[in-house]
Amino acid sequence: MQVDEATVRRIARLARIKITDAEAKGLEKELSGILEWVEQLNEVDTSAVEPMTRVVPIDLKKREDVVTDGDIADDIIKNAPMVEDHYFVVPKVVE
Amino acid sequence: MSDLNKLTIAEARDGLRKKKFSATELTQAFLDAIKAGNSELNAYVLPTPELALAQAKESDKRLKSGDARPLEGLPLGNKDLFCTQDVRTTACSKILDDFKPAYESTIGTNLWNAGAVMLGKLNCDEFAMGSSNETSAFGPVVSPWRRLGQDGKRTTDKLVPGGSSGGSSAAVAAGLCLAATATDTGGSIRQPAALTGTVGLKPTYGRCSRWGIVAFASSLDQAGPLAKTVRDAAIMLGAMASHDPKDTTSVDAPVPDYEGALGEGIKGLRIGVPKEYRVEGMSPEIEKLWQEGIAWLKAAGATIREISLPHTKYALPAYYIVAPAEASSNLARYDGVRYGLRVPGKDVIETYENTRAAGFGREVRRRVLIGTYVLSAGYYDAYYLKAQKVRTLIKRDFDDAWNTVDAVLTPTTPTPAFALGEKLGDPIAMYLEDIFTVTVNMAGLPGISVPAGLSSEGTPLGLQLIGKPFDEATLFRAAQAIEDAAGRFVVPDRWWEAGGESPAPEASKKSAPKKKPGGKRK
Repeated sequence: MQVDEATVRRIARLARIKITDAEAKGLEKELSGILEWVEQLNEVDTSAVEPMTRVVPIDLKKREDVVTDGDIADDIIKNAPMVEDHYFVVPKVVE
Repeated sequence: MSDLNKLTIAEARDGLRKKKFSATELTQAFLDAIKAGNSELNAYVLPTPELALAQAKESDKRLKSGDARPLEGLPLGNKDLFCTQDVRTTACSKILDDFKPAYESTIGTNLWNAGAVMLGKLNCDEFAMGSSNETSAFGPVVSPWRRLGQDGKRTTDKLVPGGSSGGSSAAVAAGLCLAATATDTGGSIRQPAALTGTVGLKPTYGRCSRWGIVAFASSLDQAGPLAKTVRDAAIMLGAMASHDPKDTTSVDAPVPDYEGALGEGIKGLRIGVPKEYRVEGMSPEIEKLWQEGIAWLKAAGATIREISLPHTKYALPAYYIVAPAEASSNLARYDGVRYGLRVPGKDVIETYENTRAAGFGREVRRRVLIGTYVLSAGYYDAYYLKAQKVRTLIKRDFDDAWNTVDAVLTPTTPTPAFALGEKLGDPIAMYLEDIFTVTVNMAGLPGISVPAGLSSEGTPLGLQLIGKPFDEATLFRAAQAIEDAAGRFVVPDRWWEAGGESPAPEASKKSAPKKKPGGKRK
């Protein structure tokens, strides 16, 4: 699969990573190389195979729907780049 | 006692119990070794001497009063992927900045509750993405091993310690800790172990809790020990493994006595040798090592049979779809809002984009983009779903093999340690480092790498044993047979000790101006 520059920019936008023009060019080549390499999987007939959902056959665990944690707002905001009281502060989202 | 840092866990445990030295003396010996050698090796990104000495003091009290816990007073290194309460945790990425977790990983809690001492946080590839420890924001780790030159003398070429747990492998090999925590998503415990002459075990998926470990690819990630000997690795896993209600994939099954199993031997054990691991371009010395391993296990009473794992060659390309896909999803949380770095932009989207461009290194960006691509609309079936189907086939290969064998023997890596920079420009060449290890993660199985010989360059080579789910005990027994036959491989020349004293390096970080909690909005 060849990836063109427009695709690289679209993917970078989806991934929320800013890329420069020079990086876009380099990534075009790198991503195409990796995607071509993984294409060898098409040799494998998987028409009758279920996709793996878990490697170890255990039942999904359940527990009582009760509060087990809380009252730790100070801990939660402790590492935030910008806060006000117990809120995270971000640039304006809604005009 | 100046050689305390050269002891194994088993020896140090014995010495402490017999009061030959105190936990404080033992810990100080390691702190001195770190001070003397870390500027050359760059194995630790954050030594924690005060914490270590405080823990050692408590251990001495308990050793004295006779209520010593299983790992009482034993100094360990902790990979910087493990969250440590109030101690900076970065995953060796700029994006986590000065993140100080409010909690400890479950494995960390298990180890410290068992009496172990934490010496500090160990270097690794950024978010554990790499096979050489060269993608760390703190710079590469240098292996304590050096190659032999043409004249038979050790060169000064800097070799990689493997990755992603390169700080762990280098620190254990160089005696900067007794043993270390590590994690393995595609080979990140076993490949560094092989390249540094140490023992590394990746447990069965679910054996150890993943809670409090920075996530890379959640269906593949599993933590395990890196140690000097098979016995030490068995002691470590016994303390690390547990059932954890906070990790729904952790298994509620008793932890066996791994150390106790070592004495059982391997008489009658059936070992499989998969023909598909005889890959093109594999060096003749790796083939020779493999044959030696077969002979050693036979001599110890095992029977050998050739087996077939037909989908082996597809494991690596499938991995490079599944792992980046899960990583792109896991790493979405680094948005500059709740913790870590923030690089402001004109609006919230640009803030995300600037933050992630500045915070993620090149390899991490590459994998997040690949992952985003294979999960994007229209491509999900062709890539992710296809890879997960291939994964089913890889696991089925092993399920079939377990009908006739109890464990599988392969080389750990296709080559010995390479030089810094040698494979950095070529992602696929770097990815091929994991060609023998990655199948184990794809199938969720346990695997151990044990040192088995030296290359023509005088650097270590490892053999890998792969086991049935939750049969780590058999792996330890078989690995012990190899260790008994091959001996231990200790770095012959402790060149890094001449380096003199210097503090741990700072990450080359550029943090955005930071507001303290309670600070005012701009």
